[in-house]
Amino acid sequence: MLQTLLSRWHQGHRTLPYPKEIPVLPERFRGLPRIDTTTCPERCHVCAEACPTEAIELDEKGPEIDLGRCLFCDQCVEACPKGAITFTRDHRLTTRERDHLVLSPDRELELAAQLDSEMMRLFGRSLKLRVVSAGGCNGCEVDVNVLGTLAWDLGRFGIQVVAAPRHADAVVVCGPVTANMELALKKTYEATPDPKLVIAVGACAIGGGPYYRQEEQLGGAGSCLPVDLYIPGCPPHPLTILDGLLRLLGKIN
Amino acid sequence: MSQSTFTPIRNGQALPLKDVPELAFAEFREGVLQGGQRLACLCADAQLRVFAVLADDEGGTLRVGRTRLHKGRYASFTPRCPQAHLFEREMAEQYGIVPEGHPWLKPVRYHRPWTDGRGIWKDLEPAVTDFFRVEGAEIHEVAVGPVHAGVIEPGHFRFQCHGEMVFHLEIALGYQHRGLERALEGGPHPLSLKFAETAAGDTSIGHGWAHCQLLEGLAGLQVPARSQRVRGIALELERCANHTGDLGALAGDVGFLPTASFCGRIRGDWLNMTAELCGSRLGRDWLRPGGLRLDLEPEMIQALAARLERTWTDTANALELLWNSASVLNRFEAAGFVEPAQAREAGLVGIAARACGLERDVRRNHPYGPYGTHPVAPGMAESGNVHARAWVRWEDLQASHRYLAEAFEALADTAADPKPAGRLVLAPDSLGVSLTEGWRGEVLHLAVTDAQGHFARYKIVDPSFHNWFGLALALRGEQISDFPLCNKSFNLSYCGHDL
Repeated sequence: MLQTLLSRWHQGHRTLPYPKEIPVLPERFRGLPRIDTTTCPERCHVCAEACPTEAIELDEKGPEIDLGRCLFCDQCVEACPKGAITFTRDHRLTTRERDHLVLSPDRELELAAQLDSEMMRLFGRSLKLRVVSAGGCNGCEVDVNVLGTLAWDLGRFGIQVVAAPRHADAVVVCGPVTANMELALKKTYEATPDPKLVIAVGACAIGGGPYYRQEEQLGGAGSCLPVDLYIPGCPPHPLTILDGLLRLLGKIN
Repeated sequence: MSQSTFTPIRNGQALPLKDVPELAFAEFREGVLQGGQRLACLCADAQLRVFAVLADDEGGTLRVGRTRLHKGRYASFTPRCPQAHLFEREMAEQYGIVPEGHPWLKPVRYHRPWTDGRGIWKDLEPAVTDFFRVEGAEIHEVAVGPVHAGVIEPGHFRFQCHGEMVFHLEIALGYQHRGLERALEGGPHPLSLKFAETAAGDTSIGHGWAHCQLLEGLAGLQVPARSQRVRGIALELERCANHTGDLGALAGDVGFLPTASFCGRIRGDWLNMTAELCGSRLGRDWLRPGGLRLDLEPEMIQALAARLERTWTDTANALELLWNSASVLNRFEAAGFVEPAQAREAGLVGIAARACGLERDVRRNHPYGPYGTHPVAPGMAESGNVHARAWVRWEDLQASHRYLAEAFEALADTAADPKPAGRLVLAPDSLGVSLTEGWRGEVLHLAVTDAQGHFARYKIVDPSFHNWFGLALALRGEQISDFPLCNKSFNLSYCGHDL
């Protein structure tokens, strides 16, 4: 007993002061990309060619990056001789619409909007999540799980992970939705009472991630469910996930 | 010794196929069955070539053998060599190769066969299959999954119970199958390393390193010693994060909340150290064939060395509390026993094997990277139960901490290595084998190249592939209510198994 108390004293109070203060992310962290086309040579394609998931498209304005396909792997940055693409430390990446994830040089990312007033009335103070892992590498699950630890303490925002779809308000999907998980995912969604939300966590759940060419998967949650919140990353940082959830509930803006 | 028909190979080495003679099937069979070796890998390809990697862990040698089947069937190895059971099922599912006399021939991942017209099973639905049943008026069956109650991956568990007691557990996986091995064929291409890193996301470094080392062997690349040392830092940080998380979760499963909540947070501290060094908490895109994408700067190392000691103090404090709690020890010691003889027969690796007194650690037995010159003592225990698997993690943590502290000190004033070049030319018609000790255990990558130096076959064996059967063994005679505790003590990967 005494040792437990001493240990408790040693370990201290470690819940992050977020969202009052934003934790400082590592210098090498790769968050929201910034595109600067002023130095782009004409007809240069190296960034698009370097991208392993075809997340970059070029038009006359310069490169557009689809954050839904981006693995934040840095290959475009390395390939570009002009430094046109850089990854900032900005963790805010989530959107409500799939096409809002396409980042272009002349448009700011349209971050996720709050739920409408009726949904806010229902879920604004209590949102229960059912997480379904549907393929993928378990990386997104790792970073969703982290939100439950005392460092993040998801419960203080009224958000909780629950064990059954019947208790849930939202289905959180990780993974590209493998053919072998399609039925289980649909059944979980059907078992969740209306009204309900679908949250796609990670590049796989948004568009198949690194596996987007594989026939063994369907290309993300959107292939079979209506998605309400897109959280990009491979995997997304826990702060990115939390930012998205809190934006949805209007707790930050 | 018949095993001498197999060709010796070093960890990370690639041999021209002409130096690995194609054995007559009978010879190959005797090589696998007679040697008394651990079967690290058994796999086939579309041309019905069959490859095996045998490990003599005490002797520190690896051997490879290959043969070719002329008909798509042969007499199963499993009755005499139980550790072949899942490999044989895998070959049957992928290429329609029938191991005659296999005692439990079923699909592994429930996918379509990889060669048209040669499939054994048609229209597979995951886990729609016959399960082993215990008959009797008082026997009941419990089915769990694929979707589980926590934030965890999908799998189906079928228990045969008498009251609370489990007679038998059968595990059906495959829900996470996303076609990784086939996606790697024809490579290496720009996503190859990503496929390796995401074979099991919590083992990104273990798998990423195995992939890089395999390519380095096939391309004849030397990795500078400093880069190898940094890879060791990456791998040991990954081990520390996962072991800390697991020990916390084990504490949580027996209701000991102080260690559970401390470790949940401290695991994040370990992951954040990895993020500090490479930008990603899971170590994504840190390694690359030939060396590293990002080396460490001296000021970074100094800051990290101080952070390491703080995190270590917190980890040790949280875990000493665990080991001093009689109620925890009582629960740990009474659950999840696996007999050492069974562990050996089933071919368990890593934590699960070392908890049964089998010294199976690639860093020790088949040293690679920095571990030849900077050895790490693997955690060991003997009692084969949940306590032993927890204790192995604790000893591993201590050894990893020592490695990290020494490496940070040694690297503080040496210059960073230059970034390796991008393009690789792999040796054609060759066979490479690469093993690393991921935090769960042995990670094996094997590749066979074609005449152009592309991957004709790429095989990944995650430690979970060997160890899931160990979990089934651990449940025999246990209470079903102890399943979460036993499961967590193995903490196996679904995606690493399903690929």
